[in-house]
Amino acid sequence: MGKIVLDGNEVDFKQGQTIIEAAKDAGVEIPHFCWHPSLSVSGNCRVCLVEVEKMPKLAIACATQASEGMVVNTNSGKALEARRAVMEFLLINHPLDCPICDEAGECKLQDYTYDHSIGESRFTETKTNKDKRVQLGPHVMFDGDRCISCSRCIRFCDEIAGETELTFVKRGDRVTITTFPGKELDNPYSLNVVDICPVGALTSRDARFRARVWDMSHTNTICNGCSRGCNTEMWVRSNEIVRLVPRFNPDVNSYWMCDNGRLNTFRFVNAESRVDGPHVRREGKLTKVTWDEALGSISSEIKGINGKEIAFIGSPFATIEDNYILSKLAKSLHSKNIDMPEYIIPGSADDILIREDKTPNSTGAKLAGVVPQKDGLNLDGIMKAVKEKKIRVLFVMEEDIALLKPEYAEALKTIEFLFVMASNFNSTTEFANVVLPAATYAEKNGTWMNFQKRLQRIRPAVTTLDMDRSLDGLEMSRLDKFGTKWDRWGNYKKYDARPSWRILVELAGLMGDKMKFRMAEEVFDDAAKHIEELHGVTYDEIGESGFELTKKAVKV
Amino acid sequence: MAKKKRMKDLTLWERIYLPEVAKGLSITLQNMFRPAFTMEYPEVKFMPQGSYRGRPVLVLEEHGGERCVACGLCSRVCPALAIEIQAGETDREKERYPEKFEINMLRCIFCGLCEEVCPEEAIVMSKDYELAFTKREDAIYGKDKLLVPVAELQDRIEFLRSFK
Repeated sequence: MGKIVLDGNEVDFKQGQTIIEAAKDAGVEIPHFCWHPSLSVSGNCRVCLVEVEKMPKLAIACATQASEGMVVNTNSGKALEARRAVMEFLLINHPLDCPICDEAGECKLQDYTYDHSIGESRFTETKTNKDKRVQLGPHVMFDGDRCISCSRCIRFCDEIAGETELTFVKRGDRVTITTFPGKELDNPYSLNVVDICPVGALTSRDARFRARVWDMSHTNTICNGCSRGCNTEMWVRSNEIVRLVPRFNPDVNSYWMCDNGRLNTFRFVNAESRVDGPHVRREGKLTKVTWDEALGSISSEIKGINGKEIAFIGSPFATIEDNYILSKLAKSLHSKNIDMPEYIIPGSADDILIREDKTPNSTGAKLAGVVPQKDGLNLDGIMKAVKEKKIRVLFVMEEDIALLKPEYAEALKTIEFLFVMASNFNSTTEFANVVLPAATYAEKNGTWMNFQKRLQRIRPAVTTLDMDRSLDGLEMSRLDKFGTKWDRWGNYKKYDARPSWRILVELAGLMGDKMKFRMAEEVFDDAAKHIEELHGVTYDEIGESGFELTKKAVKV
Repeated sequence: MAKKKRMKDLTLWERIYLPEVAKGLSITLQNMFRPAFTMEYPEVKFMPQGSYRGRPVLVLEEHGGERCVACGLCSRVCPALAIEIQAGETDREKERYPEKFEINMLRCIFCGLCEEVCPEEAIVMSKDYELAFTKREDAIYGKDKLLVPVAELQDRIEFLRSFK
């Protein structure tokens, strides 16, 4: 540890840190385009020039190591003058197409132009023309004109994704980015280059032109693609998920997430197949009924049935709260048959982020009690017993078990009573007697536990029918705040769905086991009281960046 | 309460009123032979100047496409939240266009901020002031009603340019 003087204040730095890193730790942002905290230093954008006393010329803060007693001025006249000059050079060939550009609103070049540039161009010659709308890979589009040649994307592919795919070609003002001959930007992490691009040169083909940044709300949540549990931001406009973006968490995913998680994990939330309202099978067809009717038909069906003849299937996709209430209900009905399927694809993992276990909460669900009890049946046992008609009632929570194995689908044909909580109609709901609409992970509060035994919170970003954005404390965009339900944008589709734990609590109430939970946090507090590993953990403690259970074990 | 005294009681001449009636009639008669200021609307239509702020419209270019690139600034600046835009991608040189562009004329307050903020001179205030509807749904103007050929908007565009 040493000290440098930054703009007149003494600031600590660690040995080996550069000026920009030391300043960042002290809460001072030195403008930068090419520097990124987890990429190597390239030092080519020159916008981080600062004045260091006793150095003959200005130095770039990203490549100059801090040393004891250094006096750094980021806002001296000389530094500001240099920054203005650099901005002017960068803007010479940058097109003025912010109205068309998707990056507008979250563009570093836009921000720094407002902060540091003179406001008008002295450049009267023609700007260079480069290739626009180049498809670099299956997910990424490139616009040569907008590129400021910072090389962040190139360094990302080399250093983080580990696949050398992008490179600079040509020189001077003709320099542009392209893929190596015969290669495409198709590594499993390719969309991260869109996030780190400081301008709008790289855009996601999926989210291109779909919404303006300032029209969306963003909610901190977790990716459900695998047991890594990457921290994400969910961007929503008119109650529809537009894009997922990684959120920085040094212990889980750093700044990154994989393309599969980003593109494919949220599609079911706004899919055509969503279950809208409770359905009960009447004369062979699922018919929409009221909640009271549907819950009543389940409780009257179950009454008087021996616990041995009831089985429960939980889900590693559901939250700890959901699984905890399911196991609680199983206990109160004296059933020991409770299990959940596994989704492990051997060999699918890599050493960056992707894990073999394709569910976000398998460790958490087990912890919450969704494991076969002593003398109880496991999943295979349950399905075998269903076929042998030893199990008459089956509860399925947020799972499509008929899809897993053909034997399971065969067994379900003979079941006496099948109750399914599902967000979308699937092959299991085809056999169900009652289908209750379960809220998706984008519509409820809850907790997941990833492979590191790290508890992380998911938060609602999309509203269901009985939710209200402002009353339920959801993130709101400007349109959400000021629109009325009579405006077109406020008049969006809301599904009649409820979180699984709430459905089960209501059901338990009808069957005489009064559980008094009004919100997910109360369920979690109860779980923390009864599950030893969770003792003392609260939603506040989990916070935005999660809480690792093993750490607590060390502390105690 | 004490009775208020008049400043001056009317004289007999004033009290009979006849001279005043004659005076008034003479003014009426004079005006009958002066040119009329009123307009026989709707038989005669008012034709405003270029500075007039009627309903906002979108400029339809000569090549048949809209000039708007769906940047969303008008929608952002609109104090009454009247404008809703959904952008889309086209093969034209400007790669972005409004798939949907709706102005809720019940919300619009004709302030002209959308026109002022537009970087493309694509939304301008027209001379159209006849905006009556019988249903709320009719008040939402889509692209079908908003797009107006550029030739019809020359007055306004020239007016705007004279202030740049």
